[in-house]
Amino acid sequence: MNELDELLLHAESQIRQANDLKSLDHYRVSYLGKKGQLTEYLKNLGQLPAEERPIAGQKVNAIKQKIQVILEERLTALKETEINSQLSAESIDVTLPGRGQLPGSIHPITKTRERLEALFGQMGFTMMDGPEIEDDHHNFAALNIPELHPARTMQDTFYFPDGSLLRTHMSPVQIRTMEQAAPPFRIIAMGRVYRREFDLTHTPMFHQIEGLMIDENVSFSDLKGILIHLLQNFFETEVPIRFRPSYFPFTEPSAEVDIGCLSCKSKGCRICKNTGWLEVLGCGMVHPNVFTAVGIDTERYSGWAFGAGIDRLTMLRYGISDLRALFENDLRFLRQF
Amino acid sequence: MKFSESWLREWVNPDLTREDLSNQLAMAGLEVESITPAANAFSGVVIGQIVDVQKHPDSERLQVCKVNIGSPEALTIVCGASNARVNLKVAAALENAVLSNNLTIKNSVIRGVASQGMLCSTKELGLQDDSEGLLELMQDAPIGKSLWEYLNLADFVMDVSITPNRGDCLSILGMAKEIAALTECDLHVPPIHEIIPTTPTVLPIVISEKESCPCYVGRIISEVNAAAASPVWLSEKLRRSHIRSINAVVDVMNYVMLELGQPMHAFSLDKIKGGIEVRKASNTESLKLLDSSEVSLNAETLIIADQEKPLAIAGVMGGMDSGVILETQDIFLESAYFQPSSVIRSSRKYHLNSDSSFRFERGIDPTLQRLALERATELLLSIVGGKAGPLIEHYQENFLPQPKTIELRSHRISKILGYSVPEETIEKILHRLGFSCEKTKEGWRVIVSSRRSDIHLEVDLIEEVARLYGYNNIPSSMQLASLQMNLFPENKILLSRIRLALCDQGYHEVVTYSFIDKHHQELFIPGCSSKELLNPVTSEMGVMRASLWPGLVNTLLYNQNRQQMRVRIFEMGLRFVLEGSEILQQRMLSGLVCGSVWPEQWGAATRIADFFDVKNDILNFLKLTFAVEKFIFKPGAHPALHPGQSVEIWYENDKVGMMGGLHPSLAQRLKTEGKVFLFELFLDKIEKSALPQSSTISKFPEIRRDIAIVVSDAIPFQAIQDTIRDVGGELLKQVDIFDLYQGKGIVSGNKSVALALTLQHSSRTLIDEEVTDLIERVVIALKGRFNAELRG
Repeated sequence: MNELDELLLHAESQIRQANDLKSLDHYRVSYLGKKGQLTEYLKNLGQLPAEERPIAGQKVNAIKQKIQVILEERLTALKETEINSQLSAESIDVTLPGRGQLPGSIHPITKTRERLEALFGQMGFTMMDGPEIEDDHHNFAALNIPELHPARTMQDTFYFPDGSLLRTHMSPVQIRTMEQAAPPFRIIAMGRVYRREFDLTHTPMFHQIEGLMIDENVSFSDLKGILIHLLQNFFETEVPIRFRPSYFPFTEPSAEVDIGCLSCKSKGCRICKNTGWLEVLGCGMVHPNVFTAVGIDTERYSGWAFGAGIDRLTMLRYGISDLRALFENDLRFLRQF
Repeated sequence: MKFSESWLREWVNPDLTREDLSNQLAMAGLEVESITPAANAFSGVVIGQIVDVQKHPDSERLQVCKVNIGSPEALTIVCGASNARVNLKVAAALENAVLSNNLTIKNSVIRGVASQGMLCSTKELGLQDDSEGLLELMQDAPIGKSLWEYLNLADFVMDVSITPNRGDCLSILGMAKEIAALTECDLHVPPIHEIIPTTPTVLPIVISEKESCPCYVGRIISEVNAAAASPVWLSEKLRRSHIRSINAVVDVMNYVMLELGQPMHAFSLDKIKGGIEVRKASNTESLKLLDSSEVSLNAETLIIADQEKPLAIAGVMGGMDSGVILETQDIFLESAYFQPSSVIRSSRKYHLNSDSSFRFERGIDPTLQRLALERATELLLSIVGGKAGPLIEHYQENFLPQPKTIELRSHRISKILGYSVPEETIEKILHRLGFSCEKTKEGWRVIVSSRRSDIHLEVDLIEEVARLYGYNNIPSSMQLASLQMNLFPENKILLSRIRLALCDQGYHEVVTYSFIDKHHQELFIPGCSSKELLNPVTSEMGVMRASLWPGLVNTLLYNQNRQQMRVRIFEMGLRFVLEGSEILQQRMLSGLVCGSVWPEQWGAATRIADFFDVKNDILNFLKLTFAVEKFIFKPGAHPALHPGQSVEIWYENDKVGMMGGLHPSLAQRLKTEGKVFLFELFLDKIEKSALPQSSTISKFPEIRRDIAIVVSDAIPFQAIQDTIRDVGGELLKQVDIFDLYQGKGIVSGNKSVALALTLQHSSRTLIDEEVTDLIERVVIALKGRFNAELRG
């Protein structure tokens, strides 16, 4: 049986020195394969005397198991080595930048519009839309601005030869809505409006939001409530808010709304011209003449309306100091949004 | 409206700092735009009197003046002003005086004569931009007194922005009444005396347009000294209201307008032939105005005329020839009420905005005309002397605004404001405003003061109540309303979703102007009939855009000029297309791509975006419709696009857009760099979405068969795909092209197209024979239709 022990020693040494899976398999076959050395022993057991067979059989099987264990150990070790070398070969510089498309951007004015739409949408307001080339009736006359009204000089209007004009505010959308349906109304309208002004703080095209609510019990104090919530939610801060009497032909009472200057926290700075306040919107209770123009009963219904410059809200929200940047479309500017 | 703070405080003097006053005005709807010092500081200037004037021994121009400043010895001052004369009271800057331009005065020797200081003009004092000669002070100016104190220059100019409804505040009287009402402070209205005529001279006056001119009051003042200087207190008040001093008569007219709010006009009586007629002009008449412009009048225009010719555009501006000049001896004063509409028509027609028209347009107090005339007469008599004639008055009461009586119901106040202001507070507010009121069952019957032409309706009074009560004292409340769910249709894609899809593919959203340069537009759309603005800001913004492309290409150029070479942008907005006389305002989604598909980066070759990259971007957002397969890309043509690289995009029978490469000759002309691709789609036509309907996924295996065919280059892929789909029927799930080859091994003019066909049966495993059979039929069909050969 010395022969078998030697075989085991020999096998062990060979297997442990096997450096790859191929040579390991070669040894497995040469010892345990159909024609392997140990298999030969097993085949030859039958030639032994019957009384010796069980012991010899046990011995051969024990050796076989040992070789299997050694093979198994070596296999695990070799696989581990192989994985390790794969790992080290595949190591990369993970700090390199990623690859592929870079997202573009949504224009800051759109960002503001989407926020405003979401804020009013929560309260059941519907978005309405209308044409940008308007007629005198919808832009002026129906809004209590007859032809010879001095307020017409407040807004320098772009006209076309046929008498049509570019809307100077979003109010025509309100008129169209009121003409086409019956109260109650809860609408907002946003879009491009046009006035003939072009300087540091005015562009001839800009954006406005207007809101309108008409129902049987709608009051100035409700208007105050909704605008305070709007501004505080829009700016996400408990910004101070004040209401100042003002004049718009289509509302009475009318107010302008100021917020505490966001830049200096109301202390007074260049942006707020040292007043501590920034004017952000105009509002008021819908004028009875407007109701009459669209056939709404002024005794039964009351309503509020407001209008705000989306561009100004955008500038305040995102710290944009030059209005014109909004329409220059410099990619270096747009990438910030 | 700009005015001197101290002038205002002569009339009403609340115990408030100017900042507090300004704040209180703002909170009452009268925004104070600015508060500026009445003058730049100067020191060392006193009132002196010239006691002797000698010619300078060594100068034609200069004079040597002896000036008494109240000290024992008169000063010797060399002066070049022609109005230096004995007895004149002047402003003398003494040695070490510092003028407002920081000039320090030193005693000096001027051409051999020692000069102890300087006599000053208003310009040198910083009171006016230019002036002729020395400032002439009134004879009662106290010698030796500091000029700064004498002129009360520690004053401030308040500039209050007056909304169009508050014409009543365009005067010291109006502002004072408003402040008195706001602060509950006493009002001191200086008494205005009735003038007793000292000459019987009158002028015949005919009012032919009684409706436009329901009140016309006039008076002659004869034998005036129109050359008399305006007193400094008067010219200083005008100056602080930014009104130039012209001559004493004109200055008084302006002064009374500022003081009381009644625009007035003075004519040279000798230029009026026969008498005054207030009438419409005829189309043949013209008038040379005070500002030297000549206007051709029309029959719409209300004018003041004499028997021969127009003298003035009523309420807007006087004529040059009939104006008062220094030589004028007899004057005719006019104080009238012209209807706002008549004045607005004239000022718009002639593009004239005067202080007078500004006030008439906003409506003046219809009870003020006679009072203002008396006030002006009184001032004129004291300044230019003369003899006042009797008042000439023409009233047409029925065309004058009548005192308004308005029912104010307390429940309406609560309904509109959402808050109940206490009744006694309401009454007090109405009283403070000068409105008389009488209690009624529902509230009050209010008689509105004549100066408030803006108050017509109950809501106007409600606003007054709210305004004086304080908007910020009205509590805010949360709106109560019935809940109603808004529609949330799923058959319409949210625009925000389309924007995000583009944004995620690397596009930046831009906003370009809706009006563009006409010539630029015509480069893109030759012969385009553009909707042209009547009054554009500049010709570069002269026409409405008929496409968003010109704006996008300009944006590209703007960025390329700033080294931003990879440009992927889109815009949503209206385009304006003229169809005959009708203007279509169409919502568009347009985009532009130029430069690499991905930003330049490591490990990926930089690939410049081509037609197919952009086509894929479009398909990706069209997928949001859940009906992308219904969008067909057909070769098309557009003058701005490359003829070989442009497609029309169709949805069923509707053309929904265009896409393609910018035409090379246009690119050359516009100087764009690199290949530019453009698309423009109708938002209305692509925002409709199908509701996805799920179908069962087959459990049976998919089989893929690849074929490569060689066909003529002229056969479009779409035709090959359509043929395969026709033949493939239900079993064919998908046809993909995975290679397109031209070159070695392929005859020139042909191409090799490699296609992958995916087959699957919905309820069983496909057998080999039917797959082979289908592929054979496909090959036969391709051969039959396109003469396609299988590639070996």
